[in-house]
Amino acid sequence: MKQPTEPKTHSFRPIRTGIAIGVILTVTAIMASTFKTTDKLTEEDVKTKNKTNRAPINRDSVESVKAFASVYKVLMSPRCMNCHPAGDVPLQGDDSHLHTMGPKRGAEGKGLYAMKCSNCHQPTNTPGVHTPPGNPNWHLPPATMRMVFQGRTPHQLAKQLMDPKQNGNKTKEQLLEHAHDGLVLGGWNPGEGRTLPPMSHAEFTKAWTTWIKKGAYAPKP
Amino acid sequence: MASINFNINGKDQSIDVDPQMPLLWAIRDVVGLKGTKYGCGVAQCGACTVHLNGEAVRSCVTRVGRANGQKIMTIEGLSENNNHPLQLAWQEIDVPQCGYCHSGQIMSAAVLLRENPNPTDQDIDNAMAGNICRCGTYLRIRKAIHLAAGGMQQKVGKNE
Repeated sequence: MKQPTEPKTHSFRPIRTGIAIGVILTVTAIMASTFKTTDKLTEEDVKTKNKTNRAPINRDSVESVKAFASVYKVLMSPRCMNCHPAGDVPLQGDDSHLHTMGPKRGAEGKGLYAMKCSNCHQPTNTPGVHTPPGNPNWHLPPATMRMVFQGRTPHQLAKQLMDPKQNGNKTKEQLLEHAHDGLVLGGWNPGEGRTLPPMSHAEFTKAWTTWIKKGAYAPKP
Repeated sequence: MASINFNINGKDQSIDVDPQMPLLWAIRDVVGLKGTKYGCGVAQCGACTVHLNGEAVRSCVTRVGRANGQKIMTIEGLSENNNHPLQLAWQEIDVPQCGYCHSGQIMSAAVLLRENPNPTDQDIDNAMAGNICRCGTYLRIRKAIHLAAGGMQQKVGKNE
């Protein structure tokens, strides 16, 4: 004999509704964390919004990822990657071989003992081929924020660049400004006998800015 | 031409040279201190190493203008009587063969011991890898640096 079920169903309706809402929220959260580069950076953007240039961020994953393809080409060129090695010895030359003499990063990224970067790298390029290129602030990323480019996939590099734990706590605005850093600009003034990055600094800046302002999306792994 | 003023081995010096001149030529040909050697001219060998404000710069690629108003030390200024612990250790072990690179070797080693008075073999390699010795005296150089480090620590102990 069939038992009446209506009272029982009625008594559990609020619990079922709660479970359904919970499932929807969980799925939403997973989707959001999958497609955003970092949640934390967005929170920091909110905290520091008074310091920012208030430029609107018009999220567009397709445009952002397309721009990052250009960014990646530049960052993986010898002029950028040579000072972002996987190990603690910088790279050298258009073939990105290990730096002759084997200078080491050191805690601050400025070398060790008698092998500090500025002992050979002068404030400006030294004339001639096979001479040290120059910059007043020549250094590798410090040991606490190694910012490795060498060997990184586009997905890995994009995620790393936007991760405050790996990028020196830089906000998006600070990253935008970093395109004009003196050492970054030095990549386009490499000294005799060295190739330039694959596009102009203006083109790179445009791609960098587009990537970040369109949402700083990471290409698919 | 410009007037370049610096303190070299404790003495103030003023020279009238092109600021683009390599510091090495200013030291050797203008000031007249010949202990610092020319090796490669492109910062590859370390023979020309001197101290600029205590750092072991390659004087062949360092423009003399960078030294304006700064302190320079060459091998001649490392000690008054060639009795820096490194110099004594170099003599004790008879490190050099031809000797050409050794003023640069000692100046680099002096920075190492100032920053790390008790270096390991790895520390010595990290510090000295930029100083080339065509005679291959590397093992004696390493031994002498260890000996000098011990000597410096004994000296510190006696003074305490």
